Amino acid sequence: MYVEPWLVLSFSAIIFLIGLFGLVVRRNILVILMCIELMLNAVNLTFVTYSTILQDLTGQMAVFFIITVAAAESAVGLGLVIALFRTLRSVDTKNISLLRE
Amino acid sequence: MEISPIFFYLFSGLAIFCSLMVVFKKNPVTSAFNLVLVFFAFASIYALMGAHFVAALQVLVYAGAIMVLFVFVIMLLKADEPVFDLRENNKFFVMSVALTLLGIAGYFITTFKEASYQEIGPYSISAIEQNGGNTRVLAETLFSQYILPFELTSILLLGAIVAVVAIAMRKKNLKSNTNVGGKA
Amino acid sequence: MLALILLFPLLGFLINGIWYAFFQSDEKAKKASAQVTGAIATGAIFCSFLVSLFLFIKLQSLEPAVRYFDQIIFSWIKLEGFNLNFSLRFDPLSSLFCMVITGVGSLIHLYSIGYMSDDKTPGKYFAYLNLFCFAMLVLVTSTNLPGIFLGWEGVGLCSYLLIGYWYDDIEKAKAGKKAFIVNRVGDLGFLLGMFFIFSVFSTFEISVIQTAISEKSALSLFSTVELTSITIICLLLFVGCIGKSAQIPLYVWLPDAMAGPTPVSALIHAATMVTGGVYLISRLNFLYVLSPVAMEVVAWVGGLTALFAATIAIAQTDIKKVLAYSTVSQLGYMFLACGVGAFGAGVFHVITHAFFKALLFLGAGSVIHGLHHEQDAFKMGGLKLKMPQTYLVFGAAFLAICGIPPFSGFFSKDEVLWKTFSSPNGSNILWVLGMLTAVMTAFYMTRLFSLTFLGEHRANAAKAHESPKVMIYPLYVLAFLSVIGGFIGVPHFNWLEHWLSPVISTAGFEAVVPHSYEWLLMALSVLGASVGIFLGFKTYKNFSGIDPIEKHASGLFKTLTNKWYVDEIYEFLIIKPLLAASKFCWKIIDVALIDWVVLGFGRASFWVGQSVRPIQTGSVQFYLFMMLIGLLITLGYIYVAVV
Repeated sequence: MYVEPWLVLSFSAIIFLIGLFGLVVRRNILVILMCIELMLNAVNLTFVTYSTILQDLTGQMAVFFIITVAAAESAVGLGLVIALFRTLRSVDTKNISLLRE
Repeated sequence: MEISPIFFYLFSGLAIFCSLMVVFKKNPVTSAFNLVLVFFAFASIYALMGAHFVAALQVLVYAGAIMVLFVFVIMLLKADEPVFDLRENNKFFVMSVALTLLGIAGYFITTFKEASYQEIGPYSISAIEQNGGNTRVLAETLFSQYILPFELTSILLLGAIVAVVAIAMRKKNLKSNTNVGGKA
Repeated sequence: MLALILLFPLLGFLINGIWYAFFQSDEKAKKASAQVTGAIATGAIFCSFLVSLFLFIKLQSLEPAVRYFDQIIFSWIKLEGFNLNFSLRFDPLSSLFCMVITGVGSLIHLYSIGYMSDDKTPGKYFAYLNLFCFAMLVLVTSTNLPGIFLGWEGVGLCSYLLIGYWYDDIEKAKAGKKAFIVNRVGDLGFLLGMFFIFSVFSTFEISVIQTAISEKSALSLFSTVELTSITIICLLLFVGCIGKSAQIPLYVWLPDAMAGPTPVSALIHAATMVTGGVYLISRLNFLYVLSPVAMEVVAWVGGLTALFAATIAIAQTDIKKVLAYSTVSQLGYMFLACGVGAFGAGVFHVITHAFFKALLFLGAGSVIHGLHHEQDAFKMGGLKLKMPQTYLVFGAAFLAICGIPPFSGFFSKDEVLWKTFSSPNGSNILWVLGMLTAVMTAFYMTRLFSLTFLGEHRANAAKAHESPKVMIYPLYVLAFLSVIGGFIGVPHFNWLEHWLSPVISTAGFEAVVPHSYEWLLMALSVLGASVGIFLGFKTYKNFSGIDPIEKHASGLFKTLTNKWYVDEIYEFLIIKPLLAASKFCWKIIDVALIDWVVLGFGRASFWVGQSVRPIQTGSVQFYLFMMLIGLLITLGYIYVAVV
């Protein structure tokens, strides 16, 4: 029972690009942060896949650390959202465009 | 790879569907729960591929901690009203983004198709089983080869905690908090 | 020693000029008085005269062949194979001109002290006058053509400055501009002639050119090419003289130049600057005698100008305009003389004309000053009683210009007419032109004289007063010179011709008619002058306010009063097309085309900026996408380059 490696990898790529699409297109900051998590997960899957294909544990070690850092990063990101919300009173990125021409 | 196709297709289909929901749903809470489902699907796929520890870690940390935090913040900020913000974007912009990403996807898929792999490492599934299972092997590697990143990661987490507290704290109450244990 | 002649007026200019420019040019500054500045200027010019006189006397003791002083002041242009010095020469011709310039100049400077006594900025005036004398002296003493050109332009400049001296009046300023521009047209001819001389002779020094010509003519005849080039040179230089000395068609600036103060008109436009052209031709007589064509052109232009200007003078009412046209006419005589080969006679007429024309102008200035700046002769009359001294000296000048013996004008004019008739280059028609002009000269001068001084008082003439002594004394000196000045050129005892012989040779221009004709012609010219005077007195004896000519021939009179409409013709033919062309160049080429291109660059970059502006959306997501695009492009380029 065999699944071609390229299937798994392209599945991972698709998830990544969906996450990228959401990152660029959505306006709600929280959804944007969620899409970032999506992208990170896709990358994790790629690492694990290669770990299985190449029979090396490095991929899984990388995933270990990526998950940790992702956790820290999302915590800090949400903290920033909270701090921003105090001034902005909204989570719409339309309001964060002071550098607009 | 020696994994069962049916389960793979099932879980990958679920993951794709749910990630599309994450992106296209109006309500942020809906997005959050769909994301949880995505994480579960991913954890299953990790388990399928023999990375049991990572699967567990995924559920615990991602689905268990991070998403909880997300939902906390959504409710705290009362941002759970559904707003279809996709409509307010420039249609041309959305189209071009979609097209670009489709193009990139096509490129990735064709490249992956043509790629070939060689086993380079000693950690085949049978070898891992012989050595005590995925977790044990992982732990041995973690605490021998990757001890430095491990320690640094712990410091990173400490820094993150301090940073978040500093950023998200209400500044107003700093001065009036002089008698901590006394009367409010 | 020679340089001192030029140095004194230059010093006077510098002293007065710097004093004025740094201490008096502010509106509220205290202006130096005419007495002080005038004394400085007059002193400078008088010292110059004394030096000229001294050197002149010294020249007498030398042999004719070596009768000159040379002095190199400094090395002007020094190139590989081309050396030009600023050098001076004092020989018989330039000595006469120097003495006239400095002598008559000193008298006019003295007169100006009185005339400009109530002017606001006399320091500036006297500085300009001294600068003018310096430039004129450079003109007449320079040994090479660029030096002459330097003086030429210098006097043109000072003429402009002094004509437009009262520049608050826009008409006066325009007159100064007109003088300078018309002069410039002539200067183009001078420059081309100078360049042509250099291309033919490879030098600018006049003595070197003269030596080359005399060597060549001693050896062989000139080829046709050489003669043609000499003719062209002479004609081009004559164009310069036409501009400077106000001949047809470039005389139009001289009548307008009367806008300047009267002493300026006397000095510049009677005695000195306008005679620069005659000096040039006399100095280069060895070139002109080789070209019969050029000489004929000179003679005819001179003769026609003389007649033409005299006709206009008959119908003018402003005293100074009459005298201006009279100057143009007399200058025509001088060129007529040069054109028929009698360069000496031309110089003689220059000298006597300087005396009596300066006197006429200064006398007119005295009248104008006495009548508080009234210049219309129709508003004068009977000033014989109110200004007797002016009347006396003006009468002396009047008789001189009409050519009544034994006044100076008679001798010089007669010499000119005799040579016109008798020279191989002359012609009888030219002599008739000259005679007619003489009759008309007598007529209009009598008209002017009787309208101004005789008859009844008209308008405000009764309030006239005599001028102060500082203005009258120079008039007396000039009157004396006008009376006895002719005796330097008496026929058969001609000291002047003998004096000028090292510079101007009379070979080849011997009379072709018997000498007895000379007395006949002399009698004819006196008769003609008397007829003119008689007619003039008779016509204007009982002047009633309307000019009798106007009464009997109003069409002709109107044309003459309007100067044959020459100014209007120039306006139509030359000035309007030039203005139209300039406007075209300005509006279409400069503004629409060039400015459009230049401004277009600015507009283009602005447009580019405006077009690129929308990229700054302020949205991080957009920037992220752009980064992605950029990354894709870079990777794609690398991919393509590698593959």
